[in-house]
Amino acid sequence: GPPSPAHRPRVCSRVRSRNSALSLLDPWPYLPSFPPSRRGRYWRCCSRGAPGSVMGSRASTLLRDEELEEIKKETGCEFGQITRLYSRFTSLDKGENGTLSREDFQRIPELAINPLGDRIINAFFPEGEDQVNFRGFMRTLAHFRPIEDNEKSKDVNGPEPLNSRSNKLHFAFRLYDLDKDDKISRDELLQVLRMMVGVNISDEQLGSIADRTIQEADQDGDSAISFTEFVKVLEKVDVEQKMSIRFLH
Amino acid sequence: MEGAELAGKILSTWLTLVLGLILLPSAFGVSLGISEIYMKILVKTLEWATIRIEKGVPKKSGLKNAASGGIIQRDESPMEKGLSGLRGRDFELSDVFYFSKKGLEAIVEDEVTQRFSSEELVSWNLLTRTNINFQYISLRLTLVWVLGVIIRYCVLLPLRITLAFIGISLLVLGTTLVGQLPDSSLKNWLSEMVHLTCCRICVRALSGTIHYHNKQYRPQKGGICVANHTSPIDVLILTTDGCYAMVGQVHGGLMGIIQRAMVKACPHIWFERSEIKDRLLVTKRLQEHIADKKKLPILIFPEGTCINNTSVMMFKKGSFEIGGTIHPVAIKYNPQFGDAFWNSSKYSMVNYLLRMMTSWAIVCDVWYMPPMTREEGEDAVQFANRVKSAIAVQGGLTELPWDGGLKRAKVKDTFKEEQQKNYSKMIVGNGSFNLESD
Repeated sequence: GPPSPAHRPRVCSRVRSRNSALSLLDPWPYLPSFPPSRRGRYWRCCSRGAPGSVMGSRASTLLRDEELEEIKKETGCEFGQITRLYSRFTSLDKGENGTLSREDFQRIPELAINPLGDRIINAFFPEGEDQVNFRGFMRTLAHFRPIEDNEKSKDVNGPEPLNSRSNKLHFAFRLYDLDKDDKISRDELLQVLRMMVGVNISDEQLGSIADRTIQEADQDGDSAISFTEFVKVLEKVDVEQKMSIRFLH
Repeated sequence: MEGAELAGKILSTWLTLVLGLILLPSAFGVSLGISEIYMKILVKTLEWATIRIEKGVPKKSGLKNAASGGIIQRDESPMEKGLSGLRGRDFELSDVFYFSKKGLEAIVEDEVTQRFSSEELVSWNLLTRTNINFQYISLRLTLVWVLGVIIRYCVLLPLRITLAFIGISLLVLGTTLVGQLPDSSLKNWLSEMVHLTCCRICVRALSGTIHYHNKQYRPQKGGICVANHTSPIDVLILTTDGCYAMVGQVHGGLMGIIQRAMVKACPHIWFERSEIKDRLLVTKRLQEHIADKKKLPILIFPEGTCINNTSVMMFKKGSFEIGGTIHPVAIKYNPQFGDAFWNSSKYSMVNYLLRMMTSWAIVCDVWYMPPMTREEGEDAVQFANRVKSAIAVQGGLTELPWDGGLKRAKVKDTFKEEQQKNYSKMIVGNGSFNLESD
């Protein structure tokens, strides 16, 4: 009679275990099949997988051509930059499940000693979530892409690029706006200030700094800073230079 | 029966060849030149492979430059310049830009975490372990890779395992035998011979090619030898050219057997796990050792952990408080032929040794440097930094002030507090600010 369904998985698992034994020391360079099909090619971006890991979990650390295209369109980053950042993403991903957690970020010493480290890490995680995948990682990083001149006049009808001046300012605004209500209240400003100065300034002095800042920025008299007021205060600041990271090529 | 006879004949021929071509020359410190020929062929093949890849890779990927010297332009200006103000300026809403930029730069590329994983190579060396990106180039290249795998696993690996086995057994046997003799100069000489021979055999078990520079500065008796640490192989490389007294914890298993055997022939310093926490005890024992000028120089790795050989991280001050002459040694591996770095959080010792034995070769340079002593008015930390700089300059490595212990531990809060203090001084200015708690 016909082979029972129980036989089929065994054949697959035999192939799998043979491959994973070899992937112990010298992984086959072109995953997942040879010869590689022209469509949907996989890019093996420096995935230093755990020895003896099953092929299935290894495949999740690969980046497909289609995903690359989508990320390129969304963020405007170049092909080489995206693969480079993917290598970085996988090297930070110690759990090797294709996502980063807050602990993965905290492991970077230079970020852990940054006074606003926790707020910056928070910017990567969408509301209520504890893991960020590569798309989300790129989306947040894209805010810091330099504004190219030839892009300013491009796609006027399309969505605003992630690295526009307005979106960069929005990123900074969200660092202050702890409860995400689109307003920076006195309390929120005080909390962020406290993060930046530590124990070196007294409550009273910090309070007066916060009051002065809100007074200067507030125009509609609600004792809080809205995004429009925030933009107005910073209209003379060179946001492009202060919030951009350049790739060396 | 014929099969067994044939197998027996093959085995005996094999062993005779190994004995004649490798073991005997090692005992006399002579080289037959086989490894040189092997290296020449290897270099030619790798060059060919690199040219094939460069022809095949499309220009748009532009990854070649990325591996050398960072991927982003880091702004190294201090906080005052970064916040674009003079001292005593007030807080502004734009101050957050500086911190967020610094934070994002650290997320994209930071100086510390990249040192705890293998260095990326600019060109492929036909090992699919350390490389940046992969793309199907040509059938010929794939075949060469498969040929490489066959050679490495079927020819080189058995040979190397045989040699390693012989080397370690000879070491254990030899040192135990020598240990039976009464203390005399003959015993010391014999123990040196045994150590050197076995180390040479073990180095050939890894196809190691080592170049020693400035042999006139080789560490003398009664001194402390200090080197940068990349892997356990460092010990093997240094002991091939001279005998050292090693310092370390007593392990169990095979390592423990080797340790116990070695200490019979010459005085190494092994500590129990409980003793190593007692810093005073460790310092005292080390001082006693170097006070005796007839004893071998101590070998210490002040970084305390394996770093990936692109940089030198903080030297722990313990070894520099003992006193005595420090003989710095710089070790630099050539990553083209095999990656010597042991990522202990990712690979076990056995996995690491297998990787070593299935690489092409281990090629490294060892520079002996002039001895250094602590100067007047210099404390242990400053002395440690001075030695660290000297080693970094000699080996062509980057120098970092960060602690190698960050591989596993969290960074101390004091660094963050320092940054907060600097920022507070700036926004209040004139040094007149009230401390929250005094």
